[in-house]
Amino acid sequence: MERNRNNERLDKTILRTSTNYLLPLLILFSIFLLIRGHYLPGGGFVGGLVASIAFVLHSFAYSPTQTVKMFSIKPFFVIPTGLMLCFLSGMLPTLLGYPFMSGVWFADNVVAIGAFGSALIFDVGVYMVVIGVVLTILFTISENT
Amino acid sequence: MLLPIIVTFLLAFLMLLLKPQKILRLFKFVCVVPLLLFLYLITYLPAVYQGTKSILFKNEWIPSLGISLDFKIDGLSMLFGLMITGIGTLIYLYAAEYLKRDENIHRFYCYLTLFMGAMLGVVLSDNLITLFIFWELTSISSFFLIGYNTDQEASRKSALWALSLTGLGGFLMLAAFALIGIVAGTYSLNELLAYPDVLLNNEYYYIIIFLLFAGAFTKSAQFPFHFWLPGAMKAPTPVSAYLHSATMVKAGIYILARFSPILGGDTVWNDTLMIVGGITMVMGAVLSVFHKDMKGLLAYSTISALGIIVFLIGIGTETALYAACTFILVHALYKATLFLITGIVDHATHTRDLSVLRGLRKVMPVIAIAGFIAALSSAGIPFTFGFLSKELIYGVSTDGIWTQESIFVLTGIALLTNIFLTSSGFLAGIRPFFGKLPKEFEKIKKPNFYLWFPPVLLSALTLLFGIVPSIVDQSILKSATISVLGTSTQMYLSLWHGFNLVLLLSAITIVLGILLYFAIKPSSRNESRLKGLDDFSPQTILTSIALGIRWFAFRYTRFFHNGYLRVYIMFIVIFFTGIVGYKLFADVPLRVNTEDLSAFRIYEFTVFVITIIAIYFITSTTSRLTSIAALGVIGYSICLIFVFYGAPDLAMTQFAIDTLTVVLFVLVLFKLPPFLKFTNKKIQFRDGVISVCFGILISLITLQALVSPSEKDVSKFYADNAYVLAKGKNVVNVILVDFRGFDTMIETIVLSIAAVGVYSILKYKTQDGEKSE
Repeated sequence: MERNRNNERLDKTILRTSTNYLLPLLILFSIFLLIRGHYLPGGGFVGGLVASIAFVLHSFAYSPTQTVKMFSIKPFFVIPTGLMLCFLSGMLPTLLGYPFMSGVWFADNVVAIGAFGSALIFDVGVYMVVIGVVLTILFTISENT
Repeated sequence: MLLPIIVTFLLAFLMLLLKPQKILRLFKFVCVVPLLLFLYLITYLPAVYQGTKSILFKNEWIPSLGISLDFKIDGLSMLFGLMITGIGTLIYLYAAEYLKRDENIHRFYCYLTLFMGAMLGVVLSDNLITLFIFWELTSISSFFLIGYNTDQEASRKSALWALSLTGLGGFLMLAAFALIGIVAGTYSLNELLAYPDVLLNNEYYYIIIFLLFAGAFTKSAQFPFHFWLPGAMKAPTPVSAYLHSATMVKAGIYILARFSPILGGDTVWNDTLMIVGGITMVMGAVLSVFHKDMKGLLAYSTISALGIIVFLIGIGTETALYAACTFILVHALYKATLFLITGIVDHATHTRDLSVLRGLRKVMPVIAIAGFIAALSSAGIPFTFGFLSKELIYGVSTDGIWTQESIFVLTGIALLTNIFLTSSGFLAGIRPFFGKLPKEFEKIKKPNFYLWFPPVLLSALTLLFGIVPSIVDQSILKSATISVLGTSTQMYLSLWHGFNLVLLLSAITIVLGILLYFAIKPSSRNESRLKGLDDFSPQTILTSIALGIRWFAFRYTRFFHNGYLRVYIMFIVIFFTGIVGYKLFADVPLRVNTEDLSAFRIYEFTVFVITIIAIYFITSTTSRLTSIAALGVIGYSICLIFVFYGAPDLAMTQFAIDTLTVVLFVLVLFKLPPFLKFTNKKIQFRDGVISVCFGILISLITLQALVSPSEKDVSKFYADNAYVLAKGKNVVNVILVDFRGFDTMIETIVLSIAAVGVYSILKYKTQDGEKSE
């Protein structure tokens, strides 16, 4: 263990360098998954997982504290934001006189997204909740180790 | 009627906002709340005056379950409602002065107001379920009031006893209510009163009444559940005066009286009430005179008085019920007075010891007069209200429905109880004020208005009702009796019945009671003699039962919750295998249809071999990292299988999840001590058997699932409508975010709760560690 720590910097050079390129790519990929979910395999849940993996990779290469620093908010607070989005997307139709959580569509052919509606907002909420949950759990555990 | 009760509850919580340090005076005005309620109830008095009709306030709540917030005012509700709010007003006034140095007085008023609202709810509810809710609220709020002095262990313990006993009783009573609802098909008291025979002739009748008795007896401190009441005297005196003499303990009486026209009439009902009430009234009265603590004495005489009322309801004749209703009011008036006086004496002298307190009439003459009147009323001396009720109680035995022997028995125990109650009333209301004033009490200041006014007003009413009974008997007592009896009554209170047996009995009671008063000297010796009885008391028995339960719970928890994750998993797997396996073999014809299975393809075979190798590594390795990596391999193999069978969504999710799981394991791994070998051959064999059974079971279930025809309609609907209704081509995702979006939303909430759980558990531990450092 001792020797490993001494060599930490050296060991991680490759990992860090590759992470610098991989992180934005993975995040982009997760957003891609999120948006295409309505038509092709993907969706908020998988997208959120992929994004969390990206951040976990970053925290491995550097340290959890530095990963948290990248956010301006703690991952813990991403959870309520996501939940709120889910809930609001459900409430949205009630403003228009439909029952709670019925699908509402605003535009049919948005570039790259396709149909834009309450379902997408809901998916974004799920995406955020998943990121928040995974990162909160992982970072809390790693802080304790 | 709904509005005043809701407002009462809201006001209770608003009390918490009052800062005691700044606006202490304000609490003297809080008594406006019960006063307004009192006046509000008074306005309905003319309507129920004749006793024949009741006013119903309908409010729907959960109509599908038959639960409503209906309220009903009839004579009985009115009697209790007026007592609760009327005596409540005086208690509010009194407590503002009594607790003025208490920094938590705002909490006290919150609890007290909650209690008052709940109590009003109990006596006014028409729906049994609503009644039960309010009933429980009285138990809960009284828990806080009894345990108000949170720094005293005795006080906390008594609060817990009171809550456990009344809570247990309430639970059984809920069962009674549920049975009534099933049998009669309604929870409405009003409808039950209309068709009483439905319950009387039912096979569940005896179960219902005994469950109901359990609730009423625990609340009203009947033998053998009486012991929580003396313990509850640890509460501040205004609470004892309000809850434990005038109102809460009478809730059980209210239930019995309320159900008397519905469930009464059977000999079991009458006999049980007479026996339990009889035992309670004699026991309470006899025990009361041996106490030297004023509150202890009053507690036992209250138990006795409650016993008398239960006894009278048990007799159930017209005279008996009239006597019961009258005695409820008589007792509330004189007992509240005695409690309030005790509080004043305690406040001034800092002792409630009857062997020390003497001659206080010189320093607090007004209080002495109030105590004197209350004592006379409890003894039943003419021209006090107590005289009238005592005449009625003796009148019951001369009703003419009894055999010669039972008259003797009834009169005998009534006489015995009244003699002892007379002297205990004298001990509490007269003894502290007469005799020679000890030197240390000479400099006591006179109590101020807020303290002396409530008991004096109550004793004045005792006197007034005693001299002019027509004020109360026609207006309220008669209509209350009618609601208990179910039919109209011609009874009335009168001061003079002529020279007859009843008068003679009253005279004997008073003479013997006074003799007993002079014979008994309150001393520590008497109290210590009572302590000897404790070994046989119900409290000791119940305590040992409670300890037994705790012992069992401890053992049970140790066995199942021993802190080893591997044992937890083993229990879960065994239990699952057992229960699902039983269901599978017992209920389903086991068929394995091999014809529909497709043949092994080469890449499936490869994945299968990889999985087997990974499993071998997991079970045989001594390195944690190896086993985790192997676990990851299994996860990815399953991903591949998903891919082969055309489920890319599942495969992606599984892939991501597996990656994260391995990461999580690795993170935790660093914390664990080095790999140790705990197992021996025996354990390995056991675990092997368990896992093989579990594996076989899961495989069988999977094969079985293939055989049974699956419902294709649902999946066809989703596939057909995903694009039409939800504009999505990925059916899985459309189901997740649209068709079953509600489920997904709940699942996100579950996930968040898990994260909060992990966060709080681990953070809590770190903070703990920091403290210890």
